[in-house]
Amino acid sequence: MSVPIAWYLILSAALFSIGVCAFLIKRNIISIFMSIELMLNAVNLAFVAFANRWHQVNGQIFVFFVMVVAAAEAAVGLAIIIAVFRSRNTLNVDQIDLMKL
Amino acid sequence: MHLALFIIFGLLCLGGALNLLLQQHPINSALSLIVVMSSLAVLYLLLGAEFLALAQIIVYSGAIMVLFVFVIMLLNAGLEEKTRGSRAAYLAGIPGMLALFGVLAGTFFTLRSSFGSARLGAYLATTHDLAQVLFRNLLLPFEVTSILILVAILGAVVLARKEH
Repeated sequence: MSVPIAWYLILSAALFSIGVCAFLIKRNIISIFMSIELMLNAVNLAFVAFANRWHQVNGQIFVFFVMVVAAAEAAVGLAIIIAVFRSRNTLNVDQIDLMKL
Repeated sequence: MHLALFIIFGLLCLGGALNLLLQQHPINSALSLIVVMSSLAVLYLLLGAEFLALAQIIVYSGAIMVLFVFVIMLLNAGLEEKTRGSRAAYLAGIPGMLALFGVLAGTFFTLRSSFGSARLGAYLATTHDLAQVLFRNLLLPFEVTSILILVAILGAVVLARKEH
């Protein structure tokens, strides 16, 4: 029993779209950050599916790099969130609008 | 077998992602994101990426999500407040999501015959294969990412430190 690669890609597209929607709808800065992680994971699934399709490991190496960058991004991003919370005392993105015209 | 596992864990992924979208409390979103990431690890295993499946569990569901949960508890994040911005975001977000999904899924669906299909055990990328490419062809990017991690550690410490 085999599964078409296109199904994996459609699942990846669905996860990415949900991530985009959560990025736009969520008002909590940590939830927004988590939806970015969801989008990264969706792209990783597409990479692994294509690596399986072409029988090449380069796609998997790319996923490996995405994971490393996501880990670095999460550490720095959460530190920024902590710094913002210390100075503004809120996690709502609508109240962090100092740079808004 | 492959189909059944794909359907079970694909639905778990989708359910977790939708739960992330619908939950109001960040800790619930974080826990549903852990469900998504762990089910993705099983899907990687089905696609023959055994090293990535373990790395996904250890790095994503382990390290990164623990960091998230830790920060949520540290900052005592509560329920999301509804604001004026959120109504505009609903108006733009849901049609945008559906449009994006329609375009992507439509493209993949029309090209489905050229993608072929995956059979269980037909392709397995071992750690040996990965290491061959990573440490031979891509050694410089690998070293650069280690510097990136170092910079990220220092940056996180500097940013999160209390100012005197």
